[in-house]
Amino acid sequence: MNKIQDYQIISNVLVAKKTYEMTLTGDFSWVKNCGQFINISIDNKFLKRPISICDFSENELVIIYKVVGYGTDFLANLKVGDSINCLIDLGNGYNLDLVNDKCLLIGGGVGVPPLYATCKKLVEKGVKVRVVLGFTSISDMFYVDKFKELTSDVFVSTNDGTYGDKGFVTDVIIKNNLSGMDYLTCGPEVMLKGVHKLMTGHGQLSFEARMGCGFGACMGCSCKTVSGYKRICVEGPIMQSEDLLWND
Amino acid sequence: MERLNVNLGLVKLDNPIIPASGTFGFGYEFTQFYDINILGSISIKGTTKDARFGNELPRIAECESGMINAVGLQNPGIDKVVNVELVKLKQVYRKQVISNISGFSLDEYVYCAKIMDKNDMVSILEINISCPNVKHGGMSFGTSSESAYEITKAVKAVTSKPVFIKLSPNVTDIVSIAKACEDAGADGISMINTLLGSRFDLKTGKPIIANAMGGFSGSAILPVALRMVYQVAQAVNIPVIGIGGISCASDVIEMMSAGASAVQIGAENLRNPYVCKEIIDDLPKLMDELNIKNLKDIIGRSFK
Repeated sequence: MNKIQDYQIISNVLVAKKTYEMTLTGDFSWVKNCGQFINISIDNKFLKRPISICDFSENELVIIYKVVGYGTDFLANLKVGDSINCLIDLGNGYNLDLVNDKCLLIGGGVGVPPLYATCKKLVEKGVKVRVVLGFTSISDMFYVDKFKELTSDVFVSTNDGTYGDKGFVTDVIIKNNLSGMDYLTCGPEVMLKGVHKLMTGHGQLSFEARMGCGFGACMGCSCKTVSGYKRICVEGPIMQSEDLLWND
Repeated sequence: MERLNVNLGLVKLDNPIIPASGTFGFGYEFTQFYDINILGSISIKGTTKDARFGNELPRIAECESGMINAVGLQNPGIDKVVNVELVKLKQVYRKQVISNISGFSLDEYVYCAKIMDKNDMVSILEINISCPNVKHGGMSFGTSSESAYEITKAVKAVTSKPVFIKLSPNVTDIVSIAKACEDAGADGISMINTLLGSRFDLKTGKPIIANAMGGFSGSAILPVALRMVYQVAQAVNIPVIGIGGISCASDVIEMMSAGASAVQIGAENLRNPYVCKEIIDDLPKLMDELNIKNLKDIIGRSFK
């Protein structure tokens, strides 16, 4: 299969402040793992934009993105019926075989999306899933109800206290004594760092980086790990907790 | 297809399309996209004596029709390149490669050249004297005729393989540097490497790239590369590999008209991993349209 594909947009709607949910139609049988990403071409821009997969079936794929610049603004202005051109089947994704009978999912902001399909799959497998979601404010919040449809254990924090607990995801984890659990997480690097420091269980953490190619050729997104150099786009974006070295 | 054949001195290539060093890893990563045996050759990731992690992230910044990279010669060091990477490549690639070598002293270039000289997979040594990313590194050799001469002479003394010198465009007179390499015995010139560039964050005002500056490449630099190849190809009697901003078959025709005997494709591989295959597929049709029988015939036709 050619790894560059065009997909038609069947929905592109605002779900929170500057945050859109885009649904694509086509053949998505290539998706191997939750937490993989696609790299989307943007008209008049040299580099593609890596966006993680939020949800998928054989013939539909959902991404969620926040408008932060030209590329994401371009995506937000696309209409139903338009197509996007993407490089597909990128990144390793979460290894759900490593998850035991219970698991904590920790998402921050636009790091929440890849945890949605992950949550679905884990619930299907019979795993007892608890979810902690963090947003800046209530206006930035999305998908909380959708997670609640999958599991009754959904905790939410907002930095300003406009919804759920005031503070960070780490505050919620401490308050509810969840720090010993195995966990899967995605969010800003400062959040990942805080989570990694706090949690004592095994973790799978999803990283982001400014990428050149997205498929391992340019070494633009390499990071140092305990087991050597890894490319966030190929050996990641999911790194195992015991493998991480923080720069400080 | 014989009409695509070109020669780099005594080295014969099925076609002039060569992925450029640093944009194609060690080649095998691209087997997920197409059969890499269709390529003319591959210039593998720049190799140094010791393993290098390279620069801190971010290493990439986007530009109009191009990008800046400051990877900083990340590579596992020459022992692993020979014993691991090239062994892996050999399982999926039947042809020879161009070995791209960088160093921080004359001794390091010589050390790597001696090792690659003994490797059967290597057809040409491409000496990178122009990488702009490494502080106190390759740049100094590429910016003066004297040091370019010195490094060429030293590498030539330890290898019987053809030596191509990869030149930096960030110089006042690229022709005199190319001539110095030829005088020192170089068998060819690869040109151009990236142009030094920077981008700054609109909110913070700080450099986007951790290293502050990096190498600018992509289709934006094609005219600069064409001009420099045009100047150098007329001034030397050794083959030139044209590099810089090539993204389609018509760019290849232009670059060969300017004087290149073969070409390398760089940044475009990163945004379209299929580009080298597409160019090889497109060339015969474009040649028909332009009444070009053999690609060899158009090398340097701009000044001949």
